[in-house]
Amino acid sequence: MSALRAQLRAELQLVSRNGEQLLLTLGIPVLLLVFFGLVDVLPTDTDKPAQFLLPGILALAVMSSAMVSLGIATGFERSYQVLKRLGATPLGRSRLILAKIISVFCVEVVQMIVLLPIGLMLGWRPANATWLLAILVVLLGTSAFAGIGLTMAGTLRGEINLAAQNGLYLVLLLLGGIIVPMDKLPTPLRAVGHALPSGALADVMREALTGTSSMLGTSLVVLLLWAGIAPLVAARLFRWS
Amino acid sequence: MESVNGVIVENLVVRYGDICAVNNVSFHAASGEVTAILGPNGAGKTSVIEVCEGFGKSSSGHVEVLGLHPIRDHNKLTTRMGVMLQGGGVYPSARVCDVVQQFCDIYDKQCNADELIAMVGLDERRQHIWKRLSGGEQQRVSLALVLAAQPDVVFLDEPTSGVDVNGRLIIRDIVTKLAHDGCTVLLATHELAEAEKVADHIVIFDHGHVAAAGSIAELRRGHEYTRFTSDQNLDIADLSRVLGCSVTCAQNSGDYNIAVVSTPAIIATLSSWLHEKNLPLYHVSSLESLEDMFSRIVAASENKT
Repeated sequence: MSALRAQLRAELQLVSRNGEQLLLTLGIPVLLLVFFGLVDVLPTDTDKPAQFLLPGILALAVMSSAMVSLGIATGFERSYQVLKRLGATPLGRSRLILAKIISVFCVEVVQMIVLLPIGLMLGWRPANATWLLAILVVLLGTSAFAGIGLTMAGTLRGEINLAAQNGLYLVLLLLGGIIVPMDKLPTPLRAVGHALPSGALADVMREALTGTSSMLGTSLVVLLLWAGIAPLVAARLFRWS
Repeated sequence: MESVNGVIVENLVVRYGDICAVNNVSFHAASGEVTAILGPNGAGKTSVIEVCEGFGKSSSGHVEVLGLHPIRDHNKLTTRMGVMLQGGGVYPSARVCDVVQQFCDIYDKQCNADELIAMVGLDERRQHIWKRLSGGEQQRVSLALVLAAQPDVVFLDEPTSGVDVNGRLIIRDIVTKLAHDGCTVLLATHELAEAEKVADHIVIFDHGHVAAAGSIAELRRGHEYTRFTSDQNLDIADLSRVLGCSVTCAQNSGDYNIAVVSTPAIIATLSSWLHEKNLPLYHVSSLESLEDMFSRIVAASENKT
């Protein structure tokens, strides 16, 4: 327990000191939610854009912390030989990964604490919210995106990983029905969007928080597949040094 | 620290595809001794150390660290092993006190982080973040992390690289004390003068194999001479006649080699000869330096291959 606690403390200290990561995990989701919640320019077909936006922004927050933030940090840790050095201690692979996952959940809790009240202020009404499903969705999304982030961190060089994570983040954001509703996308892109983890996560999150999923069954299956397969791929391809 | 078997490497071969980085290497690093691994770049030092640490795979051969297999018994080994990488190994934005405390907690051996920081002479840097430290200070933090393990075996890769004089003294004292307390110290370095000061045992690598191994005295055997420095263009034929042995001079320099072990009689004869001719005597040494020994052994090894 001492080793796990020590590593978790180190992970949280680094997250709190890393301005770029805080901007990514909190700044961008808050900015998007506030801007598009106040400026009614999106084709959301609702009086209160926040009713559509909030679930997608929460999905974006999960993607930011579990994939991009974790993936970029881990990629640089690999190139700085931090992982190799830790591999020579009794910490072990499982406790290192556990510490990283717990630290991602801690960041996600902070994200929810910040984003949910902002959503309420902008007009989101949680009348039809299913909180248990919301928690499950966050867990599944974290597993899927952490798997993707760690796969990239474990296979690409630090700088390439940084660029690739940011590029993928943008693609997942635009095609995932997070800002622009999926049914406003051209048909071929819509099919791609539904198969993406961001599209599935945003859709199931929409069901959990507003009861308005477009295709819950399909999205749940897609999310489950990503949540199961991505970590397995990461475990298989990840290199520590 | 308990009595241990040190590091045993027997007939080790490491291949990366078609390249044979380590070719049938054998040596033993005993507990309570500092063993220095020397060799030119690409000689196979790092490959051997990585196999011993459990980070690299051998193609064939046998490696035992403290009686454990580095990969199969890695979990057991990590509780008793300290590793110092050549560079990096620490989160760049981590503070010195935080990272040392982190390692103290991971090893859970009741080490006091502040004491370890003081031991490596970085009291005043304890609140600094890693990336703001000089290269030498970073090496000293890495050594503090090694000490947090209270190790029975340590692998140090270039521990004094970029370290100033005071830092070197501190590192040398700690390395010597580790060995004195029974720890097996395996040190890979390019800094021959530093190795000469701390090593009990030397293993010289070249082109993936062991070119020579032994104590410094053993490696010098048969290559003893007397070396002195004076003015250029001495009459070395006359000096050879007076001393009764060959005297040679490095081209265009005042450095001379007398091909015998220095004895009081040789030194007295040399001094008297220089005195009669009113010539200066700047420097006399009677041992082959590690640098000369290294060059001789590597050159001989390269001639063989």
